[in-house]
Amino acid sequence: MIEATELSRSFRVTRKSGRRLRRIREEVVAVRSVSFTVEAGEAVGYIGPNGAGKSTTIKMLTGILVPTSGRVRVCGLDPSRQRIDLARRIGVVFGQRSQLWWDLPLAESFQLLRHIYRTPPSDHAERLEECTELLGLKGFLTTPVRQLSLGQRMRGEVTAALLHAPELLVLDEPTIGLDLESKQRLREFLAELNTRRRTTLVLTTHALDDIERLCRRMLVIDRGRVLADGPLERLRVEVGLERTLVVDLERPTAPLRGLAGVVEVRTETDGRRQRLSFQADRTTAAALITAVARQAPIHDVSVVEPEIDDVVRRLYARGPTTAEHPGRFDAPNDVLRAP
Amino acid sequence: MLTDVRALIGCYLRIALAGFHRYATYRQATVAGAATNIVFGLIRVGILAAVYTAQGGGSVGGYDLTTTVTYVWLGQGLLSIVEFWGGTELTNRIRTGAVVVDLSRPWNPQAALLAEDTGRAGFAALARLVPPVLFGMVVFPFRWPDNPWVPVLFLVSALLAMVVSFGARFLLSLTAFWLLDSRGVLGVYQVVSSTLAGLEIPLGYFPGWARTALWFTPFPAMLQSPIDVFVQHGSAVALLVHQVVWAVLLLSLGQLLLRSAVRKVVVQGG
Ligand SMILES: Nc1ncnc2c1ncn2[C@@H]1O[C@H](COP(=O)(O)OP(=O)(O)O)[C@@H](O)[C@H]1O
Ligand SMILES: [Mg+2]
Repeated sequence: MIEATELSRSFRVTRKSGRRLRRIREEVVAVRSVSFTVEAGEAVGYIGPNGAGKSTTIKMLTGILVPTSGRVRVCGLDPSRQRIDLARRIGVVFGQRSQLWWDLPLAESFQLLRHIYRTPPSDHAERLEECTELLGLKGFLTTPVRQLSLGQRMRGEVTAALLHAPELLVLDEPTIGLDLESKQRLREFLAELNTRRRTTLVLTTHALDDIERLCRRMLVIDRGRVLADGPLERLRVEVGLERTLVVDLERPTAPLRGLAGVVEVRTETDGRRQRLSFQADRTTAAALITAVARQAPIHDVSVVEPEIDDVVRRLYARGPTTAEHPGRFDAPNDVLRAP
Repeated sequence: MLTDVRALIGCYLRIALAGFHRYATYRQATVAGAATNIVFGLIRVGILAAVYTAQGGGSVGGYDLTTTVTYVWLGQGLLSIVEFWGGTELTNRIRTGAVVVDLSRPWNPQAALLAEDTGRAGFAALARLVPPVLFGMVVFPFRWPDNPWVPVLFLVSALLAMVVSFGARFLLSLTAFWLLDSRGVLGVYQVVSSTLAGLEIPLGYFPGWARTALWFTPFPAMLQSPIDVFVQHGSAVALLVHQVVWAVLLLSLGQLLLRSAVRKVVVQGG
């Protein structure tokens, strides 16, 4: 479905610098030599911190940006040369942009898209009905888009991207800014789309929990480079992706050691607050809470998800043994002075 | 093949309808805009009438008083069809990066924007052209065309004026790909274009060399031409041909510039 070979993209930017505010021309390498393939039916999470190069990759996959070098094929097409043909076969959602018509009712945007994508009316109606049902759009189909909440709008965006029955759905930060419930609902819908319809999914995110529930495979990118590619479970083993249960106890307590699945305990305020890092594949937050409650009365709890920044840090720390380009990892920065 | 063409036309027609609908949702702004156009029309009529009185009647720049008054009302009506002062949407979309959405659809972005602008202009023709012209007809002496084809040619010319204006604004908006922010460029354009198109005073009032020079620009085609077609000032065929030439030229340039923008330049933001 997707074949990217040594894909790179750099931007020339001018920056004012120094005491005399001279304009310096620099080249920012947003994506450097990225290679990966995605098979039909896969669900791939493309994850990395802000500025890692995720959106730039997506823009190259969808033909909006021409790569500086390298080769990319999506659905067997060259995205930038065959942009329009490709656009008919893929769906794209940009989390921070809207593809809906701001001033018009949601339903009208959908009708317009039917004409733009030239979808047969019956196929369109069937898909729309399915999305309306699964995503619960009924209540706001006639509302102008500008009056929708972010969660409602995002459901509309995803529907808009699916009405022409794309083989591949690409989502750039689809859950950004959504509340927990909306995120959950969207993830469930996408998971269903992937398993039932066999629609290939590629989604970018900087939140690990998006991937956790949805993508069997993840690609970690930082500073334009792929640091890891594989199933989440493997990565978890490799870098130890622990969640952390933070418990506030009624009174000072000795460190709660020996709980199953817990790999690290840190205490604060005389043991009144304890941070239990646990491996999500060995225990659950609920089981842990029960276990803690047996030892000491609990006042409050919260769960902290691992941050992508931690993952990236550990991937760098993991050293060159499994890295694809050993020795090039510690390139001083991603800004190279243009000649 | 035939169904392809039909689908293609259906697509852009739909976009045009959506453009019409979009602007039709802003009723209060429409009423306020039409009222403003009429008020400014009154002021302009007052000033130009004073010019005629000072001169002791006759004709100025090839227009008699009745024709000049008619010129003013048609100009006030055409103003919002041609839209010298609006149309910063594309620039903003490029500046904020929202343009990625336009570039990710199976359409020609320029054609889609033109279709939408045509829909907008269609709504403006009903809601913004008719009121000032009707007002002028009823309240002031009016230069009626002497044959029924003239209004038809006028509408064709008004449509071309809108296309030429769109073509120019589209080109300028695209500079945002390089300049990051082309609001300055558009600001200057907005001030200059309406004057050079003959909004404030008819181009006939300009010195001869300036008039000649202006025909080598698209500006007269944006406003003066449809008005001249209506008041039958000069050859309608020459005016329309001039408009068509500029429309084709500007749209083609826009197409080329868009292509190189996408190829070489950046789309902002994540
Ligand atoms: N249009 C652009 N012009 C200059 N630099 C850009 C442009 N787009 C992205 N970049 C730079 O490329 C890098 C990657 O950006 P991006 O792909 O948007 O990251 P992400 O989506 O992972 O947050 C960043 O350093 C960003 O500043
Ligand atoms: Mg991004």
